Amino acid sequence: MTDSLMMVLPEEILSIGSIVLMLIAAWGGQASTRMISWVAVAVLAGAMIALLGPASSGGVAFDGLFRADGFAAFSKVLIYGATAVSILLAPRFFKQTSGDDLRPEYPVLLLLSACGMGMMVSAGDLLVLYVGLELQSLAAYVLASFMRRDTRSAEAGLKYFVLGALASGILLYGISLVYGFSGSTLFPQIANAYAGIAPGTHNFGLMFGLVFVFAGLAFKMSAVPFHMWTPDVYEGAPTPVTAFFASAPKVAAVGLAVRVAVEAMGPAVDQWRQIVIFASLASIIFGAVAAIGQTNVKRLLAYSSINNVGFLLVGLAAGTQAGVAAVLFYLTVYVVMTLGSFLVVLQMRDADGQPVETLASLSGMSRTRPGLALAMAIFMFSLAGIPPLLGFNAKLAVFNAAMAAGLYPLAVVGFVASVIGAYYYLRVVKVMYFDEPIGDGFPKSGDIVEGGLITVAAVFVSPVGWLVLAPLGLATMAAAGSLF
Amino acid sequence: MSGFPILSLMLAIPTVAAVGCLFLSPSGARWLALIATLVDFVLGIGLWANFDIGGAQWQFVENAGSVGVFDWKLGIDGFALMLIMLSVFLMPICIGASWVAVQKRVQEYMACFLITEVLMIGTFAAQDLLLFYIFFEAGLIPMYLIIGIWGGANRIYASYKFFLYTLLGSLLMLVAMLWMIHYTGTTDIPTLLKTDFPRQVQTWLWLAFFASFAVKMPMWPVHTWLPDAHVQAPTAGSVILAGVLLKLGGYGFLRFSVPMFPEASSQLTWLILALSGIAVVYTSLVALVQSDMKKLIAYSSVAHMAIVTIGLFAFNQQGIEGAMVMMLSHGLVSGALFLCVGVIYDRLHTREIDRYGGLAINMPRYALLFLFFTMASIGLPGTSGFVAEFLSLLGTYQVSTVATAVCTTGIILGAAYMLYLYRRVVFGDLTKDDVRVMPDLSLREIALLAPVAAVVLWMGVYPESFLAPMRGDVATLVARVERAKPAGDSLPTAGHAVIPAAHVEARP
Repeated sequence: MTDSLMMVLPEEILSIGSIVLMLIAAWGGQASTRMISWVAVAVLAGAMIALLGPASSGGVAFDGLFRADGFAAFSKVLIYGATAVSILLAPRFFKQTSGDDLRPEYPVLLLLSACGMGMMVSAGDLLVLYVGLELQSLAAYVLASFMRRDTRSAEAGLKYFVLGALASGILLYGISLVYGFSGSTLFPQIANAYAGIAPGTHNFGLMFGLVFVFAGLAFKMSAVPFHMWTPDVYEGAPTPVTAFFASAPKVAAVGLAVRVAVEAMGPAVDQWRQIVIFASLASIIFGAVAAIGQTNVKRLLAYSSINNVGFLLVGLAAGTQAGVAAVLFYLTVYVVMTLGSFLVVLQMRDADGQPVETLASLSGMSRTRPGLALAMAIFMFSLAGIPPLLGFNAKLAVFNAAMAAGLYPLAVVGFVASVIGAYYYLRVVKVMYFDEPIGDGFPKSGDIVEGGLITVAAVFVSPVGWLVLAPLGLATMAAAGSLF
Repeated sequence: MSGFPILSLMLAIPTVAAVGCLFLSPSGARWLALIATLVDFVLGIGLWANFDIGGAQWQFVENAGSVGVFDWKLGIDGFALMLIMLSVFLMPICIGASWVAVQKRVQEYMACFLITEVLMIGTFAAQDLLLFYIFFEAGLIPMYLIIGIWGGANRIYASYKFFLYTLLGSLLMLVAMLWMIHYTGTTDIPTLLKTDFPRQVQTWLWLAFFASFAVKMPMWPVHTWLPDAHVQAPTAGSVILAGVLLKLGGYGFLRFSVPMFPEASSQLTWLILALSGIAVVYTSLVALVQSDMKKLIAYSSVAHMAIVTIGLFAFNQQGIEGAMVMMLSHGLVSGALFLCVGVIYDRLHTREIDRYGGLAINMPRYALLFLFFTMASIGLPGTSGFVAEFLSLLGTYQVSTVATAVCTTGIILGAAYMLYLYRRVVFGDLTKDDVRVMPDLSLREIALLAPVAAVVLWMGVYPESFLAPMRGDVATLVARVERAKPAGDSLPTAGHAVIPAAHVEARP
């Protein structure tokens, strides 16, 4: 029991930390916001340090309910890091936005969400999976409508909640089918049940369960055809929250999908591979085509995230250790690129300090804010997968894994479809570099934290990032190895 | 000089200078760019001087170990050496050509050019398949910016077209590369060059590489991005586009398609010959009716590149040497022609041929140099163009007499459109007032054009200097593809030895 408790140390730190901070917030009120934000970041750092211990030992806690393996630890590093950045970039956004202030609940909700996400990627049991998912989702619903006086934000929260609840229902229905036909909620025993299906026969209960579980997971990942909520929620939610949605929960959802696919349903790989390939190509193509007409940067990035989920699923479709390693590598690069892009979006303000979100407002940014424009151009080219930026290496890794698994048509179609995606990323660069500036451009924020984060992200994605390619490759491979 | 990482140094200098340019004043950026490119040129001369002709196939090899999935592995053979020389030679000229013409966002402009130089040298020097791809593909970013920011009226359309067209082709090539890496388990180009891929897969791989190189080359019918990109790019952008970037396609065929997939190359030679034949005749005819000077030269580039492709697929020494000389010659000549257009464009700000006329009267020095490059483009003996066309067609003749005949027609048409252009721009009466006041070449412009003219003449009179470093590599290549050589239709028969007079009666 003590061993088990040590293995969930990061989750304990996060839950106790968030409860304590909630109490402080209750008594300290609005004035304590700044302090709570920094303490929350410290709590996340503490949880990350706790990952060094038994939490990444590869052990199994609570009789198989919870996995403390390398895969979970790697995902959690990404999740906690992305959450910390989302906390750091909030204060200035809310300070300059008329109507709503940053409330001390914001970092607390993020901590709870991070705790839920940690459970998702560590789950060894369908119910732990569900509890983690709901903890993450409920915090996210509140965060989406955090700007209470903004109708778009309220709409985003409501949409997210209704559709999210529907998806949870679908997932739960799938879980109940799987449980009913396999007799267990533990992943290894479910895997046995799938392995026990005699070749040539069908077990419709297990197959329906598999389909429903993947449908529910596809919603959480916002993969086509379960992506409808994404653009509206991303557009309506406050920008720091959108940055959060596009990064950490994506890691958690994809990590969860990988774990379920490999550990619980590994023997049924031929069945779920069809679903994953369809969702992958549909996401790549739809995410690219739908983004072409967008004029709002946040919506554009929402479609970009759908597009990227498609590429992530290419790695999952491979279903091999190399494929999972590629997914983790892609997630790492994706989180950096996405957070970087949203950090740039946060700098987009008119003369009064009000946020602007139209693509047109970026016009001529290369003249008014050359550094910022360069960083954004790096993120865009990287998202488009153009070498020598790291986004290319990420795409290369997933397609390499797919090729190794013999999925040639998927690789060819995926590559060709990424040209469509390149078009709208190029459009952002075109607006920034080719168009004439309007007005004086965005006022400089002078915020060291945000500027520093943008610089770090841009340098990481640039060819300088090649230096970390080799160690990152080893780390992802080791992490993926714990699933096989 | 062994062990000294001269190739990495040649990559590092422009990279550092590009970053430096962003922090300087406009004139500081110009000077820094010029100095950096000149230093690279000097290093390039050092490279050539130390290149051991007849020595190892791969020289100046560097291996800095693994970077993730690929290795930082550089090295050059004779082909790469010559193309690197072309790049480093044209680069200072490009910077000089933009000295006055580019006045907005000079720092970024210079940085883009320096990065382009890095990527071009890297492409030619890469000895790792993925490293090659990275350099090859990354060139899109600076060229996209160069066309899009400093280009002409329709620059945005042209920049998109350039980017997406070439990206699509390249991604198919990447799929093929990944397959090859899985099949052989290595990304090392020299090893891959010795690998025999299964016969039936070769065709697919060849087609995937073809998709990329044909667009870059560009071959008919995927050449349509080139006239748009050329017309809208600034002068120096056109020079670098025509001078070096088009060579990436030819280099790709030479480095990958032919030696790695000899059987597929042989099997699909008809495709190359057909497309090239159409390209030569069709684009020459299109060039004939152009009213825009740059567009005319752009179409002539497509025609000249077709001569390169037929030479490459001739499977013999003459053809491949001819193709290489054609690449070098075209790089110099069309680059110089774009400079010539740039010279008068800077004065009158129009590329309409009809707006000029009679330049021989008030710009005699310009008329002379323009005539020289026009003749070189036509392939007048004594210029590099002649050597290139002669060797290339001689090689092709052994494979297909029909293709040779068609392509030779194209050369006649080439003479027609170039002379027609020259007549309209330079000869005739000086009737237009704004043309009358155009000053002759400045010292800077002479300094840009004269070196190119000198090299064109050198290559035309004594091509041995340029052929010698490549000879061994051509022989290796020919030996490699010998087994798949297609049967030619020219059926050359060995001639009879001259029979000594005393034995004449003895013959029946």
